[in-house]
Order: sequence, then structure tokens, then C-alpha cells
Amino acid sequence: MITLDELLERDRKREEDGFKKKIRIGRIVKPGKGGREKIVVVPTTVEDKFVHDEPLVDPEGEGEPTGGTGDGEEGDVIGEAPIRPSEEEGEGEGEGPGEGGGGEHEMESNAYELGKVLSEDFQLPNLTDKGKKRTLAKFVYEMTDKHRGFGQILDKKSTLRRIVQTNIALGRVPDFYNIDTSGFIISPRDMIYRILSKEKAYESQALVFFLRDYSGSMGGKPTQTVVSQHVMIYSWLLYQYEKQVETRFVLHDTEAKEVDDFYKYYSYKVAGGTKVVSAYRLVNQLVEAENLARDYNIYVFHGTDGDDWDTQGKEAVGELETMLEYAARVGITIAEHRYTRANQTEVEKYIRASGLLEKKSTLLKLDVLKEDSDDARIIQGIKKLLS
Amino acid sequence: MEIVDQHVKSIMEGCKERARDKGLQFEDETLEYIVTNRDLLELSPKVMIPNLYDYWVHDVRVLSGKGKYELYPDNPYETVINTRPAISFYNDNNPDWLNVMIFYHVLSHIDFFQNNLFFQHTWEYDFEGQALSDKRLIARYRSEKGRWVDYLIEFSRGLDNLVGYHDTVARTITPAPRRMERIDYYFDIFLQKEKKVSSNTYLKEIARYNTLQKSETYTNDSFFIDVIHKYPEFDALYRKRLKAKEHPRPDVMQYILEHSTVLKKEENSWMKSVMEVVRNTSLFFQPQIRTKIMNEGWASLWHEILFMEDDRIRGHETNFAKVNAGVTAMPKVGLNPYALGMRLFYHIWEMEDRGCYSLDYFLLRDEMKRENFNDPRNSGRGLIFNIRENLCDFTFINKYIDQEFMNRHKLFVTGTRINRHRMSMEYYVKSRSAEDYKEMLTNTLYHPPRIHVDHEKTQKGPLYLIHTFEGKALKTDFIENTMIGIEFLWGEPVRLETWEHVKASAPHQIPGNFWDPVVPKTPESKPDEELVWKRFLYVMENRKLHKREI
Repeated sequence: MITLDELLERDRKREEDGFKKKIRIGRIVKPGKGGREKIVVVPTTVEDKFVHDEPLVDPEGEGEPTGGTGDGEEGDVIGEAPIRPSEEEGEGEGEGPGEGGGGEHEMESNAYELGKVLSEDFQLPNLTDKGKKRTLAKFVYEMTDKHRGFGQILDKKSTLRRIVQTNIALGRVPDFYNIDTSGFIISPRDMIYRILSKEKAYESQALVFFLRDYSGSMGGKPTQTVVSQHVMIYSWLLYQYEKQVETRFVLHDTEAKEVDDFYKYYSYKVAGGTKVVSAYRLVNQLVEAENLARDYNIYVFHGTDGDDWDTQGKEAVGELETMLEYAARVGITIAEHRYTRANQTEVEKYIRASGLLEKKSTLLKLDVLKEDSDDARIIQGIKKLLS
Repeated sequence: MEIVDQHVKSIMEGCKERARDKGLQFEDETLEYIVTNRDLLELSPKVMIPNLYDYWVHDVRVLSGKGKYELYPDNPYETVINTRPAISFYNDNNPDWLNVMIFYHVLSHIDFFQNNLFFQHTWEYDFEGQALSDKRLIARYRSEKGRWVDYLIEFSRGLDNLVGYHDTVARTITPAPRRMERIDYYFDIFLQKEKKVSSNTYLKEIARYNTLQKSETYTNDSFFIDVIHKYPEFDALYRKRLKAKEHPRPDVMQYILEHSTVLKKEENSWMKSVMEVVRNTSLFFQPQIRTKIMNEGWASLWHEILFMEDDRIRGHETNFAKVNAGVTAMPKVGLNPYALGMRLFYHIWEMEDRGCYSLDYFLLRDEMKRENFNDPRNSGRGLIFNIRENLCDFTFINKYIDQEFMNRHKLFVTGTRINRHRMSMEYYVKSRSAEDYKEMLTNTLYHPPRIHVDHEKTQKGPLYLIHTFEGKALKTDFIENTMIGIEFLWGEPVRLETWEHVKASAPHQIPGNFWDPVVPKTPESKPDEELVWKRFLYVMENRKLHKREI
């Protein structure tokens, strides 16, 4: 059976032969409550043929019809599904300790693999300032380890268990229902102690805010493009920071809200308008309130289709300036609709007009791409955002 | 992958006897294999044909299939392929009663494969055997030509949905046209159309032929000696004519195979074989995609009837009911080909038994009288056997879904729309009319675009493809790579004439309320997005794609 690496190697040879690459790194996401969704990284490819396109569907209107059975007059509503996530969803679920970690780890390890593939196979840049400002780990001393023979505090329960074991082995416990403890032999090796030991306490280095416009106009391809890019950035940061990355997800239309896992970030959509400033303001508030700037390298990535009701962007630029004071990098991705003229979206215009791209050229990056960009273009965009 | 044990095989043989008693027809020999889910993951990208040629896209599919299985494990009950003998695949450890049900289902599929006329071109050979020799051929080429074989497969597969499937089927069903004799060609076409001789000369030739024919020693050759003497080009033209008749309407692949400058070169003859392999493989699978609803419906119908009458599985009726309902229940929203096809077959059976496919019934307008109409004929069973032989999904749906069927099963077309006040996606009953339901179903059927070569324009320059307008545009993302492949196979530039649905002009962005741009845009204030159909010409030259309006 052929491996992923061999497939990617074959794909690189295509370029030598003068053809485009065909393999994309795909992601399958299975929803799970409380951040325990699973992501599996798989290669995907399409076979190009002449095929009929899906008819253009109005994102805010009628969807494709399908079949159905049952009662009801023509025009009757038979069911509905919410398009704006409810506030209570996913909260209050009994997420017991000892269970919470498993799922998350699975997602991370796969995303880590993806980051590795991206860094190695797509030649994404390595971070230059990685790990210079703070140490990755610090050590604390705890009394959690057990040790036989010597130590600081005697662990009575374990010791007793050990003594009983030894004496059973020596045949000194003839009757289990009437145990005579006075006859026990106690060896020094049976004494079990708790001992002071050095523990690594990890400290997260990077905190990434992913902001996404989830208004009506984002439906379909712009969302896919933005989310693909964000998954890849996330995976790549995970690899770069050796998994010491924390993520926060923010969705916005005219209001911004924080969601607690990637699946919600990935899948939610609403049919409202757009105010970019709401998202920037929320991030600034979160950073301020939780004093995050002191402890983390903060990255902010924002994906939008460039639509904003605040066409002048006065407020948004103001919030952006505040953000640039603490952020290590702010990357804005604009996935333009097919029908808009290039570089004419509101967000792009006001950001360029503000002059921030020049003044803070090391901190703020803007990438404008078409909504139907392929992986190669998206990865190129990441290079631009992270350069 | 291993063959089933003797016990299971004896169950299968028992099923065959009972199925034959009910009128199903299939060949005696079948092969049954037990497969693991890993086998299935590796087989499904190869459309379940174990010996299909190796290709990297299959490997990509296997890897992504494994990833998907990790998150969403799912095993089908059975899979059966249209080979000689027919091969079917099963999970291990099925209880006997479940095997009985699945075997009936499989046998009905085999009956369908071996009797439906849309499969006729697959009857004469064993595809699995063919696939094995193709696989070896491609493996040999790969050892000689390396990854260029994979490019050839890729580019050929880029065209494999444009194979002339219906022409192939038509040729197997209708008797072959009489081969045109040399003498007929000479008098009917050559003299009249090619040479345009005068009537006088024509009559003289006929007279010469007639005199010669009367002589004792006449053979055709003695007549043609003089003809060839006079027109040395005659034989070449005759042969050309015969050849042209072989493919009266070549599909795009055939056309390229015959006329491409690249493929004509001696050292490139291997490319032709690869293309032929891809083309034949595609032709083999075409009927399967076009009879999905019928084939699944037919199998569900017979497994239900046969299982309920089988004496070997008494006591497992409730188990059966549960599994059967899972397979054949009509979903509240959505489509299930098993359920739909099965109900339609039952419906036709009943309607025909009551004599409803008749003028008398057609003329009745009274609902009650229609419901109680009964002109017993007992011919429903015969009719559905006839349908399984002669129809495909499109004709099946188009002919037999009627309002009675809709009402009996309370069917409707489901629409979806956004409710802005409740911020929800609503599902509603859009229509209960049979016509709308048919239209909705027809839109889900397999229908590749119709693209053919314009021979006259091609003779003047680049390969000229024309996409016939059917109210649908081509997927623009795929055009470039597909045309790069065609250019490679053709060896010269390629053009494609097609239609696209485009906006008449760029939309304006106007806020809903000029004074307060924050107020949400109401649907009424949305700019009119008028879509118009325009004709475009794509040109592929030196792997660069250009597009212009015509």
C-alpha cells in the first residue's frame, strides 16, 4: 500500500513534468461536544472532467429540493433547523475529569501531523522568534511520585498492601478470614514513601485568535477557503510551537461571539449582515480582561469576504490599532467573491487607506484571494500572512 | 478475502432454487466471498473489482476512506459485481436468517444484471478476467514508460464520462445493418455521388454489368477488373466508406483515437491501448449508474417476497422486519432508491393487475371510480418482469410515477428556505404533484454533459468540441485540467464551445437604508442579479487556457 509521503512525492514530480499538482490535504471533522471533535487528515483529489455545474444557489433563498413522505398540505412547514447557534448549546454537558483530554489530544496529534506535512512538504517558513522570549517549560517540585525504601512521607495504604503481599508470598497468612498481623515480617523494601520530585509544568507560548465572518454572504466557498486556511495555520503553529498553542475562536456578523471549539467555528452560519469592528473589539476586550498580553505571543487571524457595513472602517481601524499594540501578528484574509472586481472590497479599501500596512508592516499582513482558490494559493497566502 | 464455507454456500443454493421458482433468471455459477472492512476500503475505490488496474487516485481514495472509517465506521451488507460468474462480498459472522435475506437481494441483482437490456454489452465476457489482463498490460507499460502511463490514464479518465454508451447499447440491441456490398457501393454511391457521371455512362455501366452477369463464368472480380483499371482509387474509397460506417457517431474518445496526430505515431501505440482500457472500463460501469433506483428496488422487492415465503427461516420474521425496515423505509425528508424503487414496482404490479394502464381507466375522471376500478387481468407480474428487462431509471420514473403513486405513499417534494424571523432553515412541503416529483427525481439522475466533436471545423484547425446546451453550465474549475489532458492526447490545440450562466453586469452594493447603513438589507432591496446565458469559447494552447465570448 502506498503511503501519504509517496503520494506527495509523486505529486511534486508532476510539476517537473509541467502539470499542476493534484493532491490536496483534506480534513474530515467529526463534531464532538466541548472541544473534543476529531479531525482526521486525509489526502484528497478530484478527477477533472467535463461535468455539469451545480446551479447557482442564492445563499439566502431557496435550497435544492429533495424528496419527502408524510402528511401535510402543500406549503406546510414540516421541520426546521436553527442557523444561528443557540447560546446554551454544548454547555452544561457533564464533562467529567479524566475524559476531557482524550478527544482533544486526538485532534491535536492529527493537526500536528498536518502542520508537519505543511512545514516540510510545502516549505512553509519556520518561525524566527520562536522560543526566544520565554522558556517553554518550567519545573515545580511535587510530592506525587511514590518510591520504595525511602522518601519524605510514608504512604500507609500502599505500604500495608505491599506487606500483605510479601507475607502471602512467604506463606505466613494461612487463613484469609483470620489474619494474625503480629506474625508479619516487615522488610524495609516494603515501605513505600511519597517523594519530592521534579515535574515539568508546561506553559503555553502562543495564543491564537481565529476570527471569522459568518454572515450570510460568506456561505459556501468563502467560508471553505477561510476555514481551510485557518486549519492549516493552526496546524502549522501547533507544529512550530511543539503543541504549546492555545486557540480561541470568534465568529462575527454584526455582533461577535466566542465559540468554544473548532467544530462550531467551522460549521456555524447565519444570514445576517457584517460589522468587522465587533470582532476586533471582542478580541481587545478579552485580551484586556484576561490580561493575556503579558503571558502569550498573541496571533490574530481574521477571515472575511471583505464585506462591511461600516464602509469607512473608522471604528474597525481604531480597534485594529489597539490590537497591533500587543499582537505578535495580525493576519487578515479576504476571500473575494467571484463577481466582485479585484481589490475593491470595503475591508481591503479601508485597511489600505489607513496606512497601517506600511506603518506596522512587521505586524499586520493582508492577503486577498479569490473565493475559489486552491490549496497551493491558500498555502501561499499563509506564507504571506506569516512572513 | 476468502470464499464462504460449505454451510453458507448450501444456503445460497437453496435460495437459488426458490428464486428460480418465482421466475428470476440467472446463471448457475456464483462466487461468494467474506471480506473484512479493510478489504472493502481497498476495494471500493476500484468499484469493487479486485483486479482493476492500479492507479494513484485509487490509493488516495483508500487513504481517505480509511480516515473516514475511523470517524464514521459503516459496513454495507453486501456488494455484488456484474462478472461471469457474478461475485458478491459479505461481512463475516452473519446469522443464517440474515444471509438468506441478503442472498435473495443479491440474486435479484444478478437477475437484473443478466436480463436488463442496458447491460447487454456486458454479457459476452467476464469483466473480472478482462480487468486482470488490462491490469497486467498497464503494469507492463508502467515498467517501460514510468509515470507517463499515469498521465495517460488521468487524461483518458478525464474523458471517460463522454463515452458513447447509448450508441454501444443500441448496436448490441438492434441487428447489425447489412454490410454494403462492393457492387452496391459502386452503382449507388461511387458513380452517382463521388464521380457524378452522366446518366448515359451510368446506364452503359449497368448494361455492361448485366451482360457480364449472364455469362457462365461471371465473378464479381471480372467486373471490377475494368472498374479498377478506370478508377484506381475505387478500392480505397470503398474501404474508407466501410470504416466510416463502423462508428457513425464516434464519441470524443473514439474520435481522438482515430484522428490524433500524437497517437498515430508508431512509438505511441501503447497510449491507444491505455485509452481503450479506460474507455471500455467506463462503458462497463455505465448501465449500473443508470439503473440504480430500478436495480435496488427490484432486489428489495424480491428479497421481501422470497424471504417471507422461505420455510427455512421461520421464527426470524421480526428480526427480518427490523433490518428490512432499515433498508426500505421511506425517509421523512430525502430519497432512498431502495424504498422508492421497491414501492414503485409494487405499485405497477397492483395497477396492472387491476387493469389501470388502459384507456377506460385513463378516461375516468371520478376519483372514487378510479379508486374502485377493477378490470382483473392478473398480468402485473409479467409487466414488472418486462420492465426490469427493458427500462432504465429515467424511463421507469418518467413512465410510471403517477398521482396515484404519490397519493398512496404520501410523497411530496421538500423545499428549504430561510425564515428570517426565527433564524432557522425551514423544510416545507413544496409540491405534491407527480410532475414536480418526477422533475426533482430526474434531476438527481446521472446525466453527463453532451459533448461532441465538430468534424468539419476540426479538419480546418484545432480539435473543436461542442457542448450541447441543456440549461446547465459546465463546472468551470475542471475545464482547464481536462483540456490540458485533451491537448496532450490530441497533440494540437483544442477548442471548446460552451454556455455559461453569467450576471449581466456587476452587482451594485447598496445599503438597505441610505441614512443608516447598519439596518439589514431587506430582500427587496437586493440588487437585481439578472443571469443570462452566454456562449463562450475556451481555447487550450500549449497548456494555457484562454476564454472569450462568442
